[in-house]
Amino acid sequence: MSKALQIVIVTAGLTVAAPLPAAAANGAAAWVKEYPRSDGSPARSCATCHTADLTKTGKHAKTRKPIEPLAPSVNPQRLTDKKKVAKWLLRNCRWTLGRECTAAEKTAFISYIKSQ
Amino acid sequence: MNLSLRTLSLVTAALLALGMAGLAIGDSDEDDDDDHDERRGGWIKPGKDVQPVSNATYAEECGACHMAYQPGLLPSSAWQQVMSVDALAAHYGDDASLSDGVRLALADYLNANGADQARRSRSRAFSVGGAGTGPLPRITATRYFRNEHDEIPASMVVNNAEVGSFSNCNACHQGAVEGVYNEHQVKIPGFPKWED
Repeated sequence: MSKALQIVIVTAGLTVAAPLPAAAANGAAAWVKEYPRSDGSPARSCATCHTADLTKTGKHAKTRKPIEPLAPSVNPQRLTDKKKVAKWLLRNCRWTLGRECTAAEKTAFISYIKSQ
Repeated sequence: MNLSLRTLSLVTAALLALGMAGLAIGDSDEDDDDDHDERRGGWIKPGKDVQPVSNATYAEECGACHMAYQPGLLPSSAWQQVMSVDALAAHYGDDASLSDGVRLALADYLNANGADQARRSRSRAFSVGGAGTGPLPRITATRYFRNEHDEIPASMVVNNAEVGSFSNCNACHQGAVEGVYNEHQVKIPGFPKWED
């Protein structure tokens, strides 16, 4: 393997391990962005269920079931299971935004959550 | 009385007691006042009305958002409707999409344990008379559920901030997660003295 390629791989690894502040900032802004509903029901955002403070316990909008905090600083289990992260991003983007999130949006959300 | 005769009469008494207990259990589900569990006495456990959830994946996946309703609360055909790809993507107002592997495994579990497959008669009752006319079947729309809850005013459930919906079984049924729904274990938040 060439040295240049090794450097690229190492850099890519670092990017994942230590997210850019810009991505986290994008995620923070996207977190509270509200998506209006055409049926007159309340607008939705990530904060609807998870609250705007990721260290707090949230509440399912429909069933009222408590949702454990997303911030790894208070809930170290978070972001440790890739499949789980993918499952919830798929479902919750569809529910909140009305569509699937782009790769960049997902990176932003994960970066933001990781920073909390 | 000699020993063998005494033993024989004891055995007879025990068998008679068993028979009566059996009768008490047998007719218990027609008993609208739920007093049967008192007759069951200490050595027969108070009844589970529905077989508790025994599938860890089901408990985790479905229990993430709401009480993992026991399979015996809807007939198998209704569960199959709930578990289709499209139905999960529009799951009573939420998106509950699952990977196909998990979805099919859970559908199998539900199919094998639906109300129509149940041995417990209170569970079987949920398979009678359909499960509503909406796009998806509902436990709360079954005939048995409606009959059992028809005297409960909105103030205790829908307009009760601590309950909110009849779908929130365990808000009032203290034993719901274990499959125990008899009325002696009902405690409606904010209505401490409620009696049927």
